[in-house]
Amino acid sequence: MSRFALTLARRELRASARQIGVYMTSIALGVAGLVAIRGFTGDVSRSVQDEAEVLLGANARLASSRPFPEPIVALVDSLEGAGHRSARLTSVVSMVLAPRTNVSRLLQVRGVDPGYPFYGRVRTVPAGAWPPRAGEVLVDPAVLSMLDARPGDELMVGEVTVRIAGTVEDLLGDFALQTAVGPRVWIAHASLDAAGLLAFGSLARYEHYVVIPSRGERVDVEEGYRATFDEAQVRWTTAESQARRLTNSVEYLGRYLGLVGLAALLLGGVGVGSAVHVFVRERRTTVAVLRCLGAHQRSVFIAYLLQAAVLGLAGAAAGAVLGVAAQGLLPVALAEVLPVQVTTRFSLAPVAAGLAMGVWVALLFAWLPLLAVRDVPPLRALREDTGPNRRRWDPARALAWTAIGASIVGLSVLQAPEQDEGVGFAIGIGLGVSIAVLWGTGWMLVRLTRRFVPRGAPYPVRQGVANLFRPQNQTVAITLVLGFGVFAVATVLQVESALIAGLGLEEQSGRPNLVLFDVQPDQEGRVLQALPPEARADVVTAPLVPARIAAINGLGPAELAELPRPRRPERWAIRREYRNTWRDTLTAAETLVAGRWWEGEERALPPEGVTALARVSLEAELADDLEVGLGDRITWDFGGRAVESVVTSLRTVDWARFEPNFFVVFEPGTIEEAPHTSVMIARVDDPMERGRIRTNMVRAYPNVSSLDLTRVQDAIERVLARVNTALHFLGLFTAVTGLIVLAGALSASRFQRMRESALLRTLGARRGQVRVVLLTEYLVLGTLASLTGIMLAVAAAWALARGVFEVAYLPSAASLLVLWLLVTALTVTVGLGGSAGLLARPPLPVLRRAAE
Amino acid sequence: MIVAEGLGKTYSSGGRPLPVLRDVDLRIPAEAFVAILGPSGSGKTTLLGLLAGLDEPTTGRVRLDGVDHTALTEDERAEFRAQNVGFVFQTFHLLPTLTALENVLVPLELLGDRPPRELRERAAGLLDRVGLAGRLDHYPSQLSGGEQQRVALARAFANRPRILFADEPTGNLDQETGARVIELMEDLNREARTTLVLVTHDLALASRAHRIVTLADGRVVADDDVAGAGAPQVGARRVDHGSAVVPSREAG
Repeated sequence: MSRFALTLARRELRASARQIGVYMTSIALGVAGLVAIRGFTGDVSRSVQDEAEVLLGANARLASSRPFPEPIVALVDSLEGAGHRSARLTSVVSMVLAPRTNVSRLLQVRGVDPGYPFYGRVRTVPAGAWPPRAGEVLVDPAVLSMLDARPGDELMVGEVTVRIAGTVEDLLGDFALQTAVGPRVWIAHASLDAAGLLAFGSLARYEHYVVIPSRGERVDVEEGYRATFDEAQVRWTTAESQARRLTNSVEYLGRYLGLVGLAALLLGGVGVGSAVHVFVRERRTTVAVLRCLGAHQRSVFIAYLLQAAVLGLAGAAAGAVLGVAAQGLLPVALAEVLPVQVTTRFSLAPVAAGLAMGVWVALLFAWLPLLAVRDVPPLRALREDTGPNRRRWDPARALAWTAIGASIVGLSVLQAPEQDEGVGFAIGIGLGVSIAVLWGTGWMLVRLTRRFVPRGAPYPVRQGVANLFRPQNQTVAITLVLGFGVFAVATVLQVESALIAGLGLEEQSGRPNLVLFDVQPDQEGRVLQALPPEARADVVTAPLVPARIAAINGLGPAELAELPRPRRPERWAIRREYRNTWRDTLTAAETLVAGRWWEGEERALPPEGVTALARVSLEAELADDLEVGLGDRITWDFGGRAVESVVTSLRTVDWARFEPNFFVVFEPGTIEEAPHTSVMIARVDDPMERGRIRTNMVRAYPNVSSLDLTRVQDAIERVLARVNTALHFLGLFTAVTGLIVLAGALSASRFQRMRESALLRTLGARRGQVRVVLLTEYLVLGTLASLTGIMLAVAAAWALARGVFEVAYLPSAASLLVLWLLVTALTVTVGLGGSAGLLARPPLPVLRRAAE
Repeated sequence: MIVAEGLGKTYSSGGRPLPVLRDVDLRIPAEAFVAILGPSGSGKTTLLGLLAGLDEPTTGRVRLDGVDHTALTEDERAEFRAQNVGFVFQTFHLLPTLTALENVLVPLELLGDRPPRELRERAAGLLDRVGLAGRLDHYPSQLSGGEQQRVALARAFANRPRILFADEPTGNLDQETGARVIELMEDLNREARTTLVLVTHDLALASRAHRIVTLADGRVVADDDVAGAGAPQVGARRVDHGSAVVPSREAG
């Protein structure tokens, strides 16, 4: 690199900083996002590892969805015999009633042995109330408000009555979001046993926490008992493995959030590119003079590229500082959803990575427009109208485009989860394509506006629109970057409303809204009688028969797991506990896609001496995962009783409908004798009536749980809202980047606009008219950006709703309208704000300066 | 020594060839002061551009001090300019982002063969020579037109060029300032013993040269030696310059 290039770069920097420095801040936001998210995930991972034992409450845990079988009980006994302390924790979902207020809710009931947790402290109000004693219950604070209860009240949990001794404010790895999803009550394990909630068919989780301080001993247990655990379907978790899992998921999440930063960074890059393009056009004469004086093409190019690098570094550094500040604030802001107390520690790696990415993106997007520097002929110093030396095929330009494409994909792969490069690749291409499509749409809209602005429109309006096309305008770039923000926010809003409309419980009358489950066969008639007479006729009752797969075509689970890849069934599908049913008709949510349904057919009984073969219908995707098709045989284990079945049909199921849907349906007359419970689904219009039924049900049948689906819908909406916050954040982030680019463009063209307004006023325009001109300009700009984003968002939301979520999609006009108004208002505010003072100066000095 | 042989330039305008310079032969010996005179559109700036190697001719060739410019690449020509050529432009063309001193430093830094302090001393000395010792750190926008052109002169002489090309150097100055700038240029030229090629449509200015080459419609229509530099000899041995010769602009 020549010394001249360095010297020139250094000297020119003052001016270029003024001209394109503002744009470089548009990459600051993206860098800030990347640095903050990377630093923060690092902090969380470290804190999680530091507190691994406290997070688990012990060194190791055994967990199962069934009571522990004999070999596991023996293992725990032998561990206790060897001096290792242990404690049980059993959770079951059940109705809990507060008799004083007569309110009942479906809650997580947890029975604990004293001793748990062995590490960490439990904070209760009043202090020292942990562990729950016999006859007492400790509750999550949310439970008090849900049941309208207060400490000292009695609660009915199953068949026992316990007194609220206090609230659990803080328990190991708990975080507030968890309690919002499933609020808990804690009772002594003995009380849980007495409550009779662990009856057959209940949704329970059994855990055993063990203190094994020696790592070697833990490894011995894990290795010695691996086969036993597998056989008994018991999960063995150590403090380290739990911490690793948490760390992995935090990092996974961090990488996805990092994509938000990346998108903002790339859009900032587009802003930089647009600014540099204008910058180069203004520097053509300077470049020509330098060439006259003997400067090489390459030296001049490098001098400008160096300036872009330095300014990019400055922007990235500003972003890094912002990011480090945000890294410190995130643990405070996200305390609710974090499993541990996160301590912030400055680490260089994320800052270095952010800086590198920032500088690279700034350089990359500056590179392409800077190539034009090489084409400026020295003759331009003598003749202003000398055009550039055109090249037919320019390898450098092709290389720059390739580098931009490769970098978008490469950075996405770097940023996306390491485990899956394909995802990063797809995201990169998606991002690149979105930017390209937005660019194209913006460009087309801008052209159309110019073409179709009515000739009869008032002069200030025509002038305002014409202003968008002033020489060296950046209308398309601003439209793109603002439009991307609108695109992100609008897509999320649209998909969200499509999903909620798809659930549509309230609007669609006739849909069930009350679910009663764990109904024992002998309770069915009485439970039905407890419902109001008008509701009884439409009640749907579906038996739930728990079962596991014992064999497929004669091969047991262990043998199936050994099969070569294409024939090997998915692990989850062989291991899971199925809740099967029997029925003679298809429901509205089901469609037969292969084979024959048995409705109306007599059950063909086999000849004497041959085992009865039950016909079953499988959900089509499950059949794929099990690697079975029509005619294949599955042996089921119904609580110790084997039932041989043959697959005779495949169905698709619309899982989005709140109906009792099943993976596996048996023909009637095959499994009725197996132990089962029933789920009953009803519609009760009056919400008060629903509440009354639920409360009465708890008193009469403590084992029966009930769900008010309208409350479930609320919960789903709340969860969706939380998930979407991240995506809204993406939109906001990129929209702010768009506004920075707009502010940069305004500051770069300030003098030009000042001269225009002075000229207009000289020609007799009143200030009000000039204001209308400016207002029109920004109104149209905001509208173009919104429209670009909204058009693509509607297309994307349609594709997502139909393709991914499989719900109907109708654009929700209201949210789009609000978005348009908001973005346009912001554009006008920034635009008019940036134009402040334009009208304050008298025209003459402005024109005189322009003439110099 | 500048030699042009059969020099021609044809542009394409609306798909049709538009010849702006035809078959020009010219020999300018070392240390000569030659004015190229002609009305606007006569091809004089094109000729200057070709002689200085800023553009490539359609026909013919140019040799500067024995080096065939038409055979060089763009970057080789740039290097030759950096070492041997100076420029003065009508609109001064100082780099607006650099101070007066930095502007003068540019050609020296392009050569890059001497330590920075020495370069600064030479640049400051040149600015002192053109009477701008107190204005080293001023930006072009803080200088008057005459001062800017004097900075441009200092820059043009910074690399001790053997050839100086001046394109209407007084075109943007009032008469009095223009005259002072020309005197300064002549002085510097004498001191440095530079070959000076000056393009102008101003007869009074042209007649300060040793020799006047007159262009019309892309051809050399006259090539006159002028006895004694600085003495206006308008009309004495003149071939018809035509009414297109515009008198010096009286800028206000």
